[in-house]
Amino acid sequence: MGRYVLRRLLQFVPVFLGTTFLVYVLVWTVPGDPFAGMCGDRACPDEFVTAMRTKFGLDQSVFVQYFQYLGRFLSGDFGQTYDNLSIGEQIGTAYPTTLRLAITAVAIQIVIGGVAGVLTGLRGRGYLDNLVLVGTLCLISLPVFVTGSILQLVLGVDLGIIDPTVSADASWGELIVPGFVVGSVSMAYVTRLTRASISENRRADFVRTAIAKGQPRRRVVGVHLLRNSAIPVITFLGTDLGSLMGGAIVTEGVFNINGIGGLIFRNVAEKEGYMVTTIVTLLVLVYLIMSLIVDLLYAVLDPRIRYD
Amino acid sequence: MSTMYDGDKGEFVLERPPDTGPLLEVEDLRVEFRTMDDTASVLNGVSYHVNAGETLAVLGESGSGKSVTAQTIMGILDTPPAVVLGGEVRFHGEDLLAAKPSRRMEVRGEGIAMIFQDALSALNPVFTVGFQIEEQLRVRRGMSRKDARVRAIELLDLVKIPNARDRIKNYPHEFSGGMRQRAMIAMSLALDPELLIADEPTTALDVTVQAQIMDLLRDIQRERDMGLILITHDLGVVAEVADRIAVMYAGRIVEQADVFSLFRNPGHPYTEALLASLPRLDLKGRELTVIKGLPPSLARIPSGCPFHPRCARSQDVCSTDVPDFHRLPGNRFSACHFATDLVTHD
Amino acid sequence: MTDPGSVGSGPALEKYAAGEVAGLATVDDSAERQRKPRSLWGDAWLQLRRKPLFYISTVIIVVVVLMAVFPSLFTSRPADFNDLNHQSESPSGDAWFGYSFQGYDIWARAMHGTRASLLVGLLATILTVVIGSVMGIIAGFYGRLTDTFISRFGDIFAGLPFVLGAIVILTTLNPPGSSPGEARIVFQVVASIAVLSWPVSMRIMRSATIVAKQLDYVKAARALGASTRRIIFRHMLPNTVAPVLVYATIALGAFIAVEATLAYLGIGIRPPVVSWGVMINDAKDYVQTSPHELLFPAGLVTITVLAFVMLGDAIRDALDPKSR
Repeated sequence: MGRYVLRRLLQFVPVFLGTTFLVYVLVWTVPGDPFAGMCGDRACPDEFVTAMRTKFGLDQSVFVQYFQYLGRFLSGDFGQTYDNLSIGEQIGTAYPTTLRLAITAVAIQIVIGGVAGVLTGLRGRGYLDNLVLVGTLCLISLPVFVTGSILQLVLGVDLGIIDPTVSADASWGELIVPGFVVGSVSMAYVTRLTRASISENRRADFVRTAIAKGQPRRRVVGVHLLRNSAIPVITFLGTDLGSLMGGAIVTEGVFNINGIGGLIFRNVAEKEGYMVTTIVTLLVLVYLIMSLIVDLLYAVLDPRIRYD
Repeated sequence: MSTMYDGDKGEFVLERPPDTGPLLEVEDLRVEFRTMDDTASVLNGVSYHVNAGETLAVLGESGSGKSVTAQTIMGILDTPPAVVLGGEVRFHGEDLLAAKPSRRMEVRGEGIAMIFQDALSALNPVFTVGFQIEEQLRVRRGMSRKDARVRAIELLDLVKIPNARDRIKNYPHEFSGGMRQRAMIAMSLALDPELLIADEPTTALDVTVQAQIMDLLRDIQRERDMGLILITHDLGVVAEVADRIAVMYAGRIVEQADVFSLFRNPGHPYTEALLASLPRLDLKGRELTVIKGLPPSLARIPSGCPFHPRCARSQDVCSTDVPDFHRLPGNRFSACHFATDLVTHD
Repeated sequence: MTDPGSVGSGPALEKYAAGEVAGLATVDDSAERQRKPRSLWGDAWLQLRRKPLFYISTVIIVVVVLMAVFPSLFTSRPADFNDLNHQSESPSGDAWFGYSFQGYDIWARAMHGTRASLLVGLLATILTVVIGSVMGIIAGFYGRLTDTFISRFGDIFAGLPFVLGAIVILTTLNPPGSSPGEARIVFQVVASIAVLSWPVSMRIMRSATIVAKQLDYVKAARALGASTRRIIFRHMLPNTVAPVLVYATIALGAFIAVEATLAYLGIGIRPPVVSWGVMINDAKDYVQTSPHELLFPAGLVTITVLAFVMLGDAIRDALDPKSR
């Protein structure tokens, strides 16, 4: 187990460095002039440009810049925007909302998707099964912004059950519908995955053994079947949470949620390069850490792979 | 327990009061597998019995129905697509097929236990071996965690797994094939069953390990006076261990006899052919004898005697009439029209 | 063993595509099942013909392709047909999908817009599959250091959440306020999707290659001294095609949805090019007053995606060794 953990950790570091470097290069080096458009339609005065370049260390080589940036980032100095607003503060206000949205989405996936999957997996062909298969197929095919727009329209405008847009400091309750929207495709996948996993394991040899041992059916299903079938589902949910923590940009746009997605959008539009780099670097870090956790979780759940 | 050879019956019997009936009796079991394309007649009137302390070997090729019979006894058939059409499975006289599901569950593990061919897939990969043994004791006997742990270690010792105290915490994939099979045997003995069904327990193992496992089973059986149904296709294993043998073909028993008589004097052409096909050291250099043809598809069993297309002795009557069980001297049975001729010829 | 947790951070649908094919890469080595690829496809075709979903999805796809190639079959009006007198009108006999806020005939525009949407989806899929497959085969076949290097390289790109990465890439290439040419923007969108999605396709091909490498007849070919090229093309590739084919089919649908999403965000295809995504982006501000403007193109996207997902499902079921 220790070797497995070590290997994963060793894989994590170069990937993190690689991705964040890629982002840095994209934001700072690729565009000809990172400050274009900052001073309105005119070109910026030379003194301004020079001052900014020194401030952000742009006169050095890309690699030096990057490592300086990384150093600051990892020591918690998120710096300031061009207008000298604290980036850290802005992230601090926006990110919790995104996190709450992410958790709500995953919770909904577990409750609806998991239950539907278990029921149809155990029962097999039938009315409910066909209903679930068709339903998941439709949910999978609906792009998130379509689902969001429709629900916003129907539930918010027409039926008035919810507010069409979410308030500035969104509560958990307000995030239920957006959570469903952002998780809709994944929820459909969770249903199918659970269903497939359970129906495949139902005929497995170890289930047959458990029955032959004379274990009560409740235990055969609840302990033996469920524990084995849960493995792929739990790992998927972990990756999904990781993706969601990377910002549900589209959904936040539809429902006007003040999360990290909205923050990125505004700053990209305003060409706040430093802000964008910082946010994306943070989100990449979060995503990679989540992937790492999921891999480790997988090893905990399935003893067979600890020795790979 | 000691046995003695009863000349009249032609079989080894235990020294016990004569009014103890057989431990398990399977009578006229009929099972079909119904799929979208076909219906296969998997069991066509299977009957056999096992007494306490005795080993019955059920011999047959793949597809003969030997495992399905065992699964029907345990009640672990996949019931679609399988359908039990008729017959009885009497355990201590009680018909299990007619019993309530809760009663069947009671019998499993405690009355009749089963071990399987591939221990790696038969054991749950995500739980330790200790957990899987202990759950029998905790759930079925209400033992405490501590007591169950102690007993589980005892069981692993019983099946001669070294370092039982440490190994109890291992997962199935951390054992070698032979050790794993022993662990499965330990698990099956947890509730002290009266009858153990072993479905090809050594087929997946090396020959040397095979011998060890068979020895272990024999020792355990003797100590506990347990009945043992040994399902196998390996004649060598059978010769070593069995008291009586039931030979199966195409879903029916074609011969039943004690081990000595069967080997010395087979009473059915199929048994004859099986024995003839064994490579023999004293016949080195000769071509191996094979049984021509292939076992029939169970969806299209030949009319009359199912073996007749491959039988060296078949005649017209064989393709039209299904043979009855002919009783032979020495408490033997054979389902062949010419059974008596076969036996007396030698 | 491939990292189980890092399937890919693409849009969830794409994750679905990758997940669905996981079973196909495992070939049952038992004597009965190990057939040569030829009969695998013959069998699969027979199975496919039995499924109603296969026919439904194929019909939809054929219709959509026709719309893309011959829009004039479906509408007599050009894409930019404009009549402000009918602004925001609901569907009528004259304009089946109604009119938009700018006075466009939505049906006509949608018919013409099919081409761009489909093109983006198709090109992105081809690019993703080609890049991913090449990298995947090399990684799987040569193994060890090459494999480690390629896999980490893929992880780097996979570490970027999809929409995030797309935003960064596309806004870097087209800073706000610029207006890129038609071909340029299509190229950029296609390239962005491919750059962010190839790791998933690479992993599929890689695991399929690793499995194929273990097959007995591949080992036999190597033992006989067959050249690397021959082994890869004649022996391994046929086995690895199955999961990639299923993935590509579903991914095509996913990428069409991605095009719409990127346009919705304002960073994808934009006027004067017409695509379903562009129409959706134009319509998003008027959802509450004239929902039909958004719903019709969104519906077209959904139905097209549905068709590809159904087709991919059907193909996967037909190729799945377990269901035979």
